[in-house]
Amino acid sequence: MAGKTLYDKLWDAHKVSEREDGTALIYIDRHLLHEVTSPQAFEGLRLAGRKPWRLDTNLATPDHNVSTDLAERQAGVAGIRDEISRIQVTTLDDNCTAFGVREFSMNDINQGIVHVVGPEQGATLPGMTIVCGDSHTSTHGAMGSLAFGIGTSEVEHVLATQCLIQRKMKNMRIRVEGDLAPGITAKDVVLYIIGQIGTAGGTGYAIEFAGSALQSLSMEGRMTVCNMAIEAGARAGMVAVDETTIEYFKGRPFAPKGEMWDRAADYWRTLVSDEDATFDKEVVLQAADIEPQVSWGTSPEMVAGVSGKVPNPSNVADEDSRKGVVRALEYMGLQADQPIESIRLDRVFIGSCTNSRIEDLRAAAAVVKGHSVASSVKQAMVVPGSGLVKQQAEAEGLDAIFRAAGFQWREPGCSMCLAMNADKLGQGEHCASTSNRNFEGRQGFGGRTHLVSPAMAAAAAIKGHFVDIRTWQEGAA
Amino acid sequence: MKPFTTVTGLVAPMDRSNVDTDMIIPKQFLKSIKRSGFGPNLFDEVRYLDEGQPGMDNSKRPLNPDFELNKPRYAGAQVLLARKNFGCGSSREHAPWALEDYGFRAIIAPSFADIFYNNCFKNGLLPIVLADDIVDRLFDAVASTEGYKLTIDLENQKVVTPEGDAFDFEVNAFRKHCLINGLDDIGLTLQDADAIRAYETRREQETPWVFGHIR
Ligand code: SF4
Repeated sequence: MAGKTLYDKLWDAHKVSEREDGTALIYIDRHLLHEVTSPQAFEGLRLAGRKPWRLDTNLATPDHNVSTDLAERQAGVAGIRDEISRIQVTTLDDNCTAFGVREFSMNDINQGIVHVVGPEQGATLPGMTIVCGDSHTSTHGAMGSLAFGIGTSEVEHVLATQCLIQRKMKNMRIRVEGDLAPGITAKDVVLYIIGQIGTAGGTGYAIEFAGSALQSLSMEGRMTVCNMAIEAGARAGMVAVDETTIEYFKGRPFAPKGEMWDRAADYWRTLVSDEDATFDKEVVLQAADIEPQVSWGTSPEMVAGVSGKVPNPSNVADEDSRKGVVRALEYMGLQADQPIESIRLDRVFIGSCTNSRIEDLRAAAAVVKGHSVASSVKQAMVVPGSGLVKQQAEAEGLDAIFRAAGFQWREPGCSMCLAMNADKLGQGEHCASTSNRNFEGRQGFGGRTHLVSPAMAAAAAIKGHFVDIRTWQEGAA
Repeated sequence: MKPFTTVTGLVAPMDRSNVDTDMIIPKQFLKSIKRSGFGPNLFDEVRYLDEGQPGMDNSKRPLNPDFELNKPRYAGAQVLLARKNFGCGSSREHAPWALEDYGFRAIIAPSFADIFYNNCFKNGLLPIVLADDIVDRLFDAVASTEGYKLTIDLENQKVVTPEGDAFDFEVNAFRKHCLINGLDDIGLTLQDADAIRAYETRREQETPWVFGHIR
């Protein structure tokens, strides 16, 4: 019998029953909730007179539209200025109280972006099935779990039954082999991957990210990669368990302890693809080919190395792609063949579930230290992913470095990643952003997003345009 | 979900083709945190003369007197008679929510948009496809007969007129089973409750740390 992939193992371990039509009932171990996609699910339960199947599996926190402004935050939920945001956050609080769901509420030190909070608390663990009404749930696959985003009616389904009706995806493996050059981060790796396989490259697949370059990444880095699996078209991305994974969870609040820990760790070590497992599709990339990445267009596959240029549509053979490039350049206000380094920035955003963990903030602070934000940059902000990340960063003095350089140091939340609160781009403004989506209008109407790593964003803030972080590090040494 | 066996209900006409979901429930109502209470805003743009916003007191708004559902003779209608491609446009589930909340149990049309058609079953609404000429006849009958009612017999898959005519309709056996028993997707999964519990018992032995630790 052929071996199993990591995804096969996770799938098989959670199969409750199979149906004639090829779907299966899959058991869900962990369910994360936030204020935007849960209200109608709770109401559905209420209307049908149903109760959650289990309570100890759900964890909620408001993140998408909480304010990141200290004064507004301190005024509490009643002080949220935007009415819709206030109603959604209040409704989450009320629903969690009414149904008995554990919540880290807005001003709890443990609050944060749901995908930062889950792993940080050890609430999401290796080997679990993890869902949330949010497409970036793929983040949690970094720890060797099956994690994917769901819609509101599925949120209700999970609350009521602890299960989902699913069809198995196909297996794909992306190996990145070799050593990453200094200055190359997980973000560059994943942007490069998407640039290579395209935003539909992973459609219909569960992607396992593997290879020596991937394995050399920290848990934070692996989360950054899996976070953007959805931008490569895959609902789920994952990395096999190794000692880095196990080390990360030791001592986390909800992680097992004592003898139970040992049992868990033994089980987790089995969560790797078998040597003889077969994949429906395999892609092999070389780490040495990856330089710092910058997205120039309006789709995450529209990326280039920092030493490169904005593409020239006349070099694009395929008619559809050419039109796409023309339209993107127009929206982005860029010239064909313009060097990436010449792109000037109006704002800089360091945050989001892609890059707002402590390691990201350390990387950005190391670049910023001793410099000032360029006078041409209107706003540079750092938004930690959670209250605990913020606390840790402050304990390390990172906030002081950012503030001294002219960055704003904000309260945790999704913030400018999707502009559901007051943090947004003005029309035509260019932003170096560590988030994951550069769609038209994503960060504000008419806003122009360039996806980059935290270090690249930090350097761009200092210079006012993109710079190659590899030369920066040499200069600083 | 309300079980659907046989419904005898007043019929209201919606005499236009390609009614899209934005017409059924305009986008400004999607910001709501609710899935109930959309009934008063069903067909908002054609039903009222002013522009509707969430939170308005709908009882104070000026009604469009020409709109069928505003006519007293159609008050309390449970069956909507519609034209082709009903429910096209965005996939919003708010459309069936609004129709159901208003009080409709069934919609008869020559054709429906796909996603809308599926969403109806999930929310206890029965979409019925009848041939064009039959739909034409029903429109005539509704116009000429005040208080015109149809009986919808899901068990036997028939639409029965007061005159005693019966029209057969198709419905997927599985969906029919769910509607008759009032089973939405969740109700259906809960029929497997024993299997889910058995799974939990087994997994609790194998991976106890997954259970019972978030409180
Ligand atoms: S940070 Fe952005 S991508 Fe992540 S959950 Fe929030 S809105 Fe979604």
